[in-house]
Amino acid sequence: MKLTETEVRYVAGLANLNLSDAEVRKFQADLDEILAHIDRLNEIDTSGIEPMAQVLYDTEETATLRADVAVPPLGNPAALANAPQPGGGYFKVPKVIER
Amino acid sequence: MDVSSLTIERVRKGLLGREFSACELAAEALRFAEAENPKTNAYLRLAPERAMAAARRVDEQLARGEDPGPLAGVPVAVKDVILTKGVTTTCGSRLLEHYVPPYDATAIARLEQAGGVILGKTNCDEFAMGSSNENSAYGPVRNPVALDRVPGGSSGGSAAVVAQGTAVVALGSDTGGSIRQPASFCGVVGVTPTYGRVSRYGLTAFASSLDHIGPLGKTVRDTATLLGVIAGRDPSDATSADAPVPDYTAALDGQVKGLKLGLPREYLKDVASESGDLMARGVDVLKKLGCDVREISLPATDSAVACYYIIATAEASSNLARYDGVRYTFRSGSAETLSDMYRNTRGEGFGAECKRRIMLGTYVLSAGYYDAYYLKAQKVRALIARDFANAFQEVDAIVAPVSPFPAFKLGEKVDDPLAMYLSDIYTITGDLAGIPCMSVPCGKTAEGLPVGMQILTRHFDETTMFRLADAFEKAGTA
Repeated sequence: MKLTETEVRYVAGLANLNLSDAEVRKFQADLDEILAHIDRLNEIDTSGIEPMAQVLYDTEETATLRADVAVPPLGNPAALANAPQPGGGYFKVPKVIER
Repeated sequence: MDVSSLTIERVRKGLLGREFSACELAAEALRFAEAENPKTNAYLRLAPERAMAAARRVDEQLARGEDPGPLAGVPVAVKDVILTKGVTTTCGSRLLEHYVPPYDATAIARLEQAGGVILGKTNCDEFAMGSSNENSAYGPVRNPVALDRVPGGSSGGSAAVVAQGTAVVALGSDTGGSIRQPASFCGVVGVTPTYGRVSRYGLTAFASSLDHIGPLGKTVRDTATLLGVIAGRDPSDATSADAPVPDYTAALDGQVKGLKLGLPREYLKDVASESGDLMARGVDVLKKLGCDVREISLPATDSAVACYYIIATAEASSNLARYDGVRYTFRSGSAETLSDMYRNTRGEGFGAECKRRIMLGTYVLSAGYYDAYYLKAQKVRALIARDFANAFQEVDAIVAPVSPFPAFKLGEKVDDPLAMYLSDIYTITGDLAGIPCMSVPCGKTAEGLPVGMQILTRHFDETTMFRLADAFEKAGTA
């Protein structure tokens, strides 16, 4: 095993994912196998290659910008319609600051 | 009326010839879909009110003597990752079981503007992550061609409804092969257009540098017509390209003699024998049509799966961060603090494959690993794109298999995620390069399982791709 259980729990914390002990063991094994496959990229010479962050096509720099004109937004009721707990025009969440 | 064999052309003829009205067709299509769906679980829900309203508009336009548009009255199915205002859109996830979008995706608005009738939403792998449709929270889809087999994924429902005849055409989404692979497994045509060709406004984001919306249909012509309707610049999506959209159907003229085609040797070595034989016969058909076929090399192919599963999961881990229990319907009932609410909501809401990819994506982006994984993968991606650019100096199109094997049995690969990922090898390269690619049926195995042939062309050259696919389809593969 390359990946430790502690690392799996650390990553789950970064991802805000609550995992069961069984899931931690399963993902430890799965990720280990996948990372071993991924490590083959180290054998490829990429010196002098610019990273490709997106697919670009020939056009002017500003071609994809829309006109700078305000358009009506979605609106408060529509934006809140799917909220698990709306209230007073806001999204409500559990208390953030403990007294 | 037999709705199962309809094409866009046939619908148009029927409407203009007053054989049936759009409302009669929609009602019959809804009835047929409802009756047939239990066999496959391809639709998650039908949208009868929306469908009948759209059909009525078409009938009114016809009555007034107006042209109701290129998709007039055509029953369309839509993958459940594409937002439909007022019609529940779950993304195949338990998290979004009750999510009702407040707006329409641009592709949806355009297809209804063109007279299309949205029948319902199709099943898919959760958040489009999967190659078998077994990762849906609402149960797997069965392949209509062989009910004990998967339809492919992640647009498994969209491919299945077209194969089953419960929709004339469908919209899917493709990030690593999610349109072409199910199209090949179900024996239909599936198209992944150039990156940026179709607006993703209203497509639930999976991996933003790779996501596409594209059409599936029974014929090349139907997919060309549907793409023509949904393609083009959209101010609501800054990544949509400001490139002219040609009349794709005008290109279906059979003029493929002398077309230079490349057959990448890296795509043939691991193909199952029957799929490989069918592919070879397909190539013979292309040669008989007068195409000039030569072997080419795309040397970076072997690293594509590793490259893809870094980039796609990294982007997914970021895109899926929004499902935190605040805005999108589902919130865990067991949380005292904000932090527990995030963790429990996501832990309870996401299925195993989404969790696996969020974990992998978070890992490769975490402190100390960024250069080794994400940056390295972006450089390898550049090599894959360069391979294609080099090849297109020499050839007009590339032909290749879609999948190493035909549709596999339900449950066969669920316990081996890496094997599932590796099966995407021939489709993820096109997404990484952002070039147009499609699957067109290329015969069936002895067991009757469909096999697709993939055609890939230069950026924004869907025209050559459609022209070749249409000529191949008409030449037949029997």
